[in-house]
Amino acid sequence: MDKQKITFTLNHEKREEYIDPRASLSEVLRGEFSLTSVKHGCNVGECGACTVLIDGETFNSCIYLAIWADGKDVLTLEGLSDVNGNISDIQQAFIDEGAIQCGFCTPGFIMSSLPIIESPRTFTRDEIRKQISGNFCRCTGYETIVNAIEKTANSRHKAK
Amino acid sequence: MVVGKPVERVDAFDKVTGRAKYTADMFPENALIAKVLHSTIANGMVISFDLNDALKVPGVVKILTCFDVPDIQYPTPGHPWSTEKKHQDIADRKLLNTHVRFYGDDIAVVIAETELAAKRALDLIQVKYEEQKAVFTVADAMAPGAPLIHDEKPGNVIVHSNYEFGSFDSAITEQGLIKVEGTYHTQQVQHCHIENASSFAYMEGDRITVVSSTQIPHIVRRICTQALGCSFGSIRIIKPYIGGGFGNKQDALTEPLNAWLTTQVGGRCVGLFYTREETFVCTRTRHAMDFDITTYVRPDGSFAARRIVAYSNQGAYASHAHALVANAVNAFRMMYPVGAIKGDAYTVYTNIQTAGAMRAYGIPQIGFALEAHIDDIAARLKADRIALRQKNMMQLGYVDPGTTITCHSTGLQQCIDKGRKFIHWDEKAKQYEHQTGSVRHGIGMAIFCYKTGVYPISLETSACRMVLNQDGTVQLQMGATEIGQGADTVFSQMCADTVGIPLESVHVISTQDTDITPYDTGAYASRQTYVCGMAVKKTGLSLKRKILEFAAFMLHKDVSDLDLKDSWIVHTVSNEKLIALSDVAMEACYSLTNSHHIAAEETHHCSDNTYSFGACFADIDVDIPLCKIHVNNIINVHDSGTIINPLLATGQVHGGMSMGLGYGLLEQMLYDPKTGRTLDDNMLDYKLMTASDTPELNVQFVEPSDPTGPFGNKALGEPPVIPVAPAIRNALLNATGVAVDSIPLSPEHLFFEFKKAGLIK
Repeated sequence: MDKQKITFTLNHEKREEYIDPRASLSEVLRGEFSLTSVKHGCNVGECGACTVLIDGETFNSCIYLAIWADGKDVLTLEGLSDVNGNISDIQQAFIDEGAIQCGFCTPGFIMSSLPIIESPRTFTRDEIRKQISGNFCRCTGYETIVNAIEKTANSRHKAK
Repeated sequence: MVVGKPVERVDAFDKVTGRAKYTADMFPENALIAKVLHSTIANGMVISFDLNDALKVPGVVKILTCFDVPDIQYPTPGHPWSTEKKHQDIADRKLLNTHVRFYGDDIAVVIAETELAAKRALDLIQVKYEEQKAVFTVADAMAPGAPLIHDEKPGNVIVHSNYEFGSFDSAITEQGLIKVEGTYHTQQVQHCHIENASSFAYMEGDRITVVSSTQIPHIVRRICTQALGCSFGSIRIIKPYIGGGFGNKQDALTEPLNAWLTTQVGGRCVGLFYTREETFVCTRTRHAMDFDITTYVRPDGSFAARRIVAYSNQGAYASHAHALVANAVNAFRMMYPVGAIKGDAYTVYTNIQTAGAMRAYGIPQIGFALEAHIDDIAARLKADRIALRQKNMMQLGYVDPGTTITCHSTGLQQCIDKGRKFIHWDEKAKQYEHQTGSVRHGIGMAIFCYKTGVYPISLETSACRMVLNQDGTVQLQMGATEIGQGADTVFSQMCADTVGIPLESVHVISTQDTDITPYDTGAYASRQTYVCGMAVKKTGLSLKRKILEFAAFMLHKDVSDLDLKDSWIVHTVSNEKLIALSDVAMEACYSLTNSHHIAAEETHHCSDNTYSFGACFADIDVDIPLCKIHVNNIINVHDSGTIINPLLATGQVHGGMSMGLGYGLLEQMLYDPKTGRTLDDNMLDYKLMTASDTPELNVQFVEPSDPTGPFGNKALGEPPVIPVAPAIRNALLNATGVAVDSIPLSPEHLFFEFKKAGLIK
């Protein structure tokens, strides 16, 4: 099948890429851009391991066609570190709170937490739980993940 | 000292940045992809294939069927191999099977240039079967005239084992005994690690390399040699980071077939990545088990005689087979020692998905049955539920008559005390008496014991290697595997303290490579901090001795005057800093007269075992019209001996509790009773706990130092899953008076139970 050109912003950089129009965004991100933080756990939008931000909203990139990303702004976990490799506060909070075990779901959870911690409003723990219910974790029981998100959200609110 | 400190994971940074590489992340570009054709009948023979249309699909390289594979049956479970024939695992499957034994059995493989081509070809393969009647339950499989699932096992019973200690028949003649009977059922569930079963394989020279998401690289190597009929030296297994295992990856899954596939395409790299649906159906599950339990109790609540009969539904292939239900009936005996006890256990082939190891290896099943039964006894006797347990539970110094495993330490009583206090047991018990109304409250609890590792069934072997770098840092290599539980971190902590260097000076090599990594059987049985921790300790002391010997040579001192602390060679008495470790390491490497490669490798044979303990306390609401349980408050309190890393240990308990809640409340594999097809082979239909379903999880530890553990520690990884489901079931009984004897306690299940009890119409 003929490839189609898409132009989009990926992790803060303008990119042009010729892609198979049948490909999912997750396949393109992993295959063409080697962004392997984007994980495949189910390929049908159930597990959330492939979560990325598209124009600031969370999407399961495994069920989002790559051609739909044309003209959009896509952010993966790799885009959270600065050019020197310094990590963001939410990544540090995942480390500090012990919110990582096998690590396979971790990139998706961190991406799903971004709209929460970047929101001007405050979320209760129950609301955080609801917000991240599109992501599965079988290792942590979610307790420390909720802790990490809550802590980061609180410290960002205080900083404002 | 860093043992006992909540240090962050050594792999945390790589995991929060996406740098940590898992199997699929390492798959080379332009490699071939294999897709397995799974049977669409549950029992019968493959007669023929029509591959004509499938072979025409552009990009298809080769199609291999059950008629092409080596005529070799091989075992899959991740047990250490036994050189004694009678203890060897059951070799009952081929790489692809002509005799199909469940809906989803592997019968053919397409190798193609792309995944799409492989999938298209799969759809075009025509299969002719000779279908036979299938049986899905233990009762049907054991019934006279049931179809034969494996020729080697007439009657479909893989093993029937039994034990008797004391005389059961004479013990029950004691005057005044009260007989309490119960039948309990646990369901089949799946591990649901987020990374599916994955591997890829290629050849270098005449050797096969398999990169795989496995808990047990050295064992998988052995299994591949058995499946292919090749030598040990010809197989190399590489294990990168893995996205969870929970016992499923304590089995050879895709690896043997994948190893063979590369040999069929001239050694080209072939990837075999299971989908979620395949991982559900075609890997392993937790056994559904049925238990008939009888207890003879004296009026004072002490047990006089106990009896169990257990049936385990193995599914289509033996995998870990009888080891799980044997473990269950042994734990039944250990938890409440009694003068007369008798047990029978059956493991039975059926035509459902194969069961294998899953977190706590048979003990979540017996944990539910036994602790439910204890509450049933208490209800019958109108006795205090906790006092009844305390009167009968295992005490320090207990020696199990079946296994000789000894209780070297126990904090069980403190676990109960702490949990009771946390949940406000005594106040709530009063408050929740005599309830009416549609929403009722209840408290429940359950306890468990769990042995650490597998001795004396097998002599546990673990090896470790440490290499001193020129800067005084140390490479730590383990055969034991990091599977998310934090093994690499706790081994690094142990290494730092034993050698006498800071944690930052330890570089643990997370990847296992059977060409390089010292031998170890891998991650299972909550064995690694206990068994492999001892290997770290032994190797660390050996490395330290070698460093001190070289330092003694350099300093012209007696080695007995020297010690290594915080990367300095110090005088043992004065503690005076004599020379930096980095200077010793440089001299050792580059000395013009006496250069040494300072390294140590030691093997530890574990010939002891010990029990971990714990308790779960739960406070719940039951909405009777909605048939719904809401957990208000829950705590697990664990005695796993000395905690090596409280941050990671707490995480293990959280994860186990969550899995226990899913087991108790939601999860269940369902199959079509006509065809045997799995109905909920995906994460939408299979009800896994989400963050919203999960209550706040509370964790406490009591830490009696165990004399047999390398740092006073004992099993932790698996146990947290065990007591949760029975604690909730017992809280449900407390709230409603309804004793539900099977799980999950899902609304659709409770509806029938409440209806039967007359609580709803």
